[in-house]
Amino acid sequence: MQYEAVIGLEVHVQIRTESKIFARVRTGYGFEPNTLTDPVVLALPGVLPVMNKAALDAVIKAGLMLGCRIAPVCKWDRKNYFYPDSPKNYQISQYDQPICSGGSVEIELPGAARNLMGEHRRIPLTRIHLEEDVGKLNHAAGDSLIDFNRAGTPLMEIVSEPAMHSPDEAFAYLTALRTVMIYAGISDCDMEKGQLRCDANISIRPKGEQKLGTKVELKNLNSISFVRDGISHEIKRQIALLSSGGKISQETRDYDGMTGTSQALRSKEMAHDYRYFPDPDLMPVKVDDAWKDQLQAECAELPFEKQRRFFEQYRLPYTITSVLIPDRGLCDYFEKAAGHAGEGRAQAVGNWIVNDLLREMNVQKQSLAESKVRPEHIAELVKLIDEGTLLSNLAKDVFVEMAATGMPPAPIIEARGLKATTSVDELERWCREAIQSNAKSLADFKAGKDSAINAFKGPVMKAAKGKANPKLVDETLRRLLAQM
Amino acid sequence: MTPPHYFCTIASLSDALRVGKVSSLQLMREVIARTREVEPRVGAFNSFDEEDALAQASASDLRRAEGRTLGLLDGIPIGLKDVIAVEGQPLTASSRMLANFVSPYDATVTRKLKAAGAICWGRLNLDEFAMGSSTENSAFKPTYNPYNLECVPGGSSGGSAAALAAGCAIATLGSDTGGSIRQPASFCNVVGLKPTYGLVSRYGLVAFASSLDQIGPMTRTLEDAAIVLGAIAGHDRNDSTSYPAQVPDYRSAMTAIRGPWRIGIPREYFGEGLDPEVESAVQSAIAHYRKLGCEIRTVSLPHTQYGIAAYYIIATAECSSNLARFDGVRYGHRSIEAKDVNELYFKSRAEGFGQEVKRRIVLGTYVLSSGYYDAYYLRAQKVRALIRNDFLAAYRDVDAILTPVAPTPAFRHGAKKDPLELYLSDIYTIGVNLAGLPAVSIPCGFTSAGLPMGMQLVGQPFREAELLAIGRAYEREHPWAERHPSL
Repeated sequence: MQYEAVIGLEVHVQIRTESKIFARVRTGYGFEPNTLTDPVVLALPGVLPVMNKAALDAVIKAGLMLGCRIAPVCKWDRKNYFYPDSPKNYQISQYDQPICSGGSVEIELPGAARNLMGEHRRIPLTRIHLEEDVGKLNHAAGDSLIDFNRAGTPLMEIVSEPAMHSPDEAFAYLTALRTVMIYAGISDCDMEKGQLRCDANISIRPKGEQKLGTKVELKNLNSISFVRDGISHEIKRQIALLSSGGKISQETRDYDGMTGTSQALRSKEMAHDYRYFPDPDLMPVKVDDAWKDQLQAECAELPFEKQRRFFEQYRLPYTITSVLIPDRGLCDYFEKAAGHAGEGRAQAVGNWIVNDLLREMNVQKQSLAESKVRPEHIAELVKLIDEGTLLSNLAKDVFVEMAATGMPPAPIIEARGLKATTSVDELERWCREAIQSNAKSLADFKAGKDSAINAFKGPVMKAAKGKANPKLVDETLRRLLAQM
Repeated sequence: MTPPHYFCTIASLSDALRVGKVSSLQLMREVIARTREVEPRVGAFNSFDEEDALAQASASDLRRAEGRTLGLLDGIPIGLKDVIAVEGQPLTASSRMLANFVSPYDATVTRKLKAAGAICWGRLNLDEFAMGSSTENSAFKPTYNPYNLECVPGGSSGGSAAALAAGCAIATLGSDTGGSIRQPASFCNVVGLKPTYGLVSRYGLVAFASSLDQIGPMTRTLEDAAIVLGAIAGHDRNDSTSYPAQVPDYRSAMTAIRGPWRIGIPREYFGEGLDPEVESAVQSAIAHYRKLGCEIRTVSLPHTQYGIAAYYIIATAECSSNLARFDGVRYGHRSIEAKDVNELYFKSRAEGFGQEVKRRIVLGTYVLSSGYYDAYYLRAQKVRALIRNDFLAAYRDVDAILTPVAPTPAFRHGAKKDPLELYLSDIYTIGVNLAGLPAVSIPCGFTSAGLPMGMQLVGQPFREAELLAIGRAYEREHPWAERHPSL
């Protein structure tokens, strides 16, 4: 039997704020254990939470960018359960009134080839809500130690509809979502630092069936590749189980990316009763239109919208945009350079960025901010080539020096004597000599064999020591040939 | 005959301090001596730190000498219920769970009292985690009523009421979730004010039921209540439920407000179960107001009968969650017998909490459980809204509402064994918490057996000054609080 997988993702994204969501303590990763705490974070007797507005701003912004409905009121609930990483033994979260509902994430499926754009789809969202992160348990030999540094970091949970059908689609969804979050400046989404975490709800059903099968929640898909592998593994496990006459039981499974296996954590019967109720320590916060409008104005352009604009405005090919778009900083860099370069040169600018700039950054192990090449220098380089001042075969070397020194191209060309010859008289003399010394090609050309002109170019370039502008050489030769 | 300093009011002592008739150090020494003398019989204190109090008193005297006095409270010893955090002092909530816990931070009210120069003095006994009406539920010891040591002082702020009545502090702070300031105040012949919900910050108050808890003053006079309230009230950026309002000078405001007022008598509060002596004391207070020219109107609070049920659902639901943090992991009692994390929870909590606390956690856990939430918690919240509407409707016709505080005067230790019977005795006080209103308990006489009685005035939201003024119109001619216990 043919089966179809149905996948929904629950993605947790840590929001990058200065301080924690309900306490006046800074957030951070990699600090000495239990140094980012205070009486509120540690839930000492008598303390109270106070909401950090920046966290709410961020989640509303995310909602606006993903086309969600924003609730008129931000309401807080307590999710009650005992676990040592949770200092209050309840988590402040949002239950029946998430701050964002609906909306969707635009994704791109893999294309038929690397240089071909894949199909675009929209994955509908169920909701996005805001909550606090918990601490971290470190299990040592015979001991479990708790670090509360992470506790109280603002966290948004983005829940998709069960609307994906393949590991590739889930992968594309996560990639797209991650790019949006980075674009919006909401999170760095570094999965290694736990800034983005993913759980998947997976079920299978006979192809053509509408009814959903029994779902399994797969936890700990903590790297982008684990998401694809883990889901793939779970789909195979379920198909194998059903095919051999078994039954899927509703349960939570833990995926181990290192071994590529999963283990049952708890069954449906063992599920928690979280005893949600409105948190009496926090007043609901009204989100009015003025607030939303202000955040809307601060929202970044969505990645795929930018890509479509790049096609339109700069006539960039897909291959260049597919390198630029995931990196908002690189896009901004490109737009700056293209602006300086002027009409018709954007594609050349794009090529220099995605090929040479990225290569040099990679060689030097630099980030874009660390690279010495300024966007206006790339623009100038493209201009010089386009105007014939610099020959493209020499430009690569010029660029390497630009990257090493941070100098603009002109002085480098000057210092190295790489400027293309522009003296018309000299060029005319070389051209005339070349034609005169090759009677056969002259005859061929006259007989209508246009490519015969190339035979003159070698000697001209040789005479010019490679610094003649090929366009100009071609023009001059044709002018002289016409007179003969 | 002038009473000893330890029985004086804040108003009179601040005068005496100002003119140099007494120093803060001398006053503190007298309060300490009195405390040492009577505390073994009263049991109002979980602990007190004489050295720290004397240092605070000296600092106050130094400020005064240098002309930097901080106000009326400067140098006045104020006792704190042992659920209010004071940096460096124990914070036990009268529970084994926190028997060894020392607070590393100040509650907002503590910070404000210190900023006003008051001496934070002693950790006052209570029913464990403020759950109870007799201070018999303290994990450490019961507190005794200074007017009759065989009787309870009321609760849960029984230590705060008894310490004040016994002359072991000049004023105290209590907390009131369902009557925990007002009922012990009425049992111990002192004034007890529960402010409007949100007027006083709860930051640093060990939470029982977050939507009901309020800290308030317990004092010898309404004027003193005004002074202390003025010091502790006001918006706090550490408490999201604190109300951003300007705090008036309650002391001058209450003298400026004049009657006559329209006073409401709720029909539902004068029925079965009300002790005849209490009823007659309240009736004579009503007569006094009538004599002053006030209009006395019968009002109806028709949902009163549902109050107890709604209260015990909401309060226990919130407490079941609020007390979840006491798990033996980060601080507090930790069972040494636990073999894994679940045993750590079970055993630490089984050993650390008393019977009444456990009863309420279990009840609260039940009412929040999946499938029961709508029937209990949600419905209780609807009842709560109706009760609040009852009061607000009544305030269209009256300025304040006058009721008994408790159905009976102080009862004997061990007399009320059935928890339900104790719950039912909160009938006149819990409506005020459910509605978030201000209310004050004012001494209104003694029974034939010599036990104090109190009446309750319930006011309108954030109109504490008016409430105090109305009370003052009675207190001026009936200064019952001047009758001190013989200990």
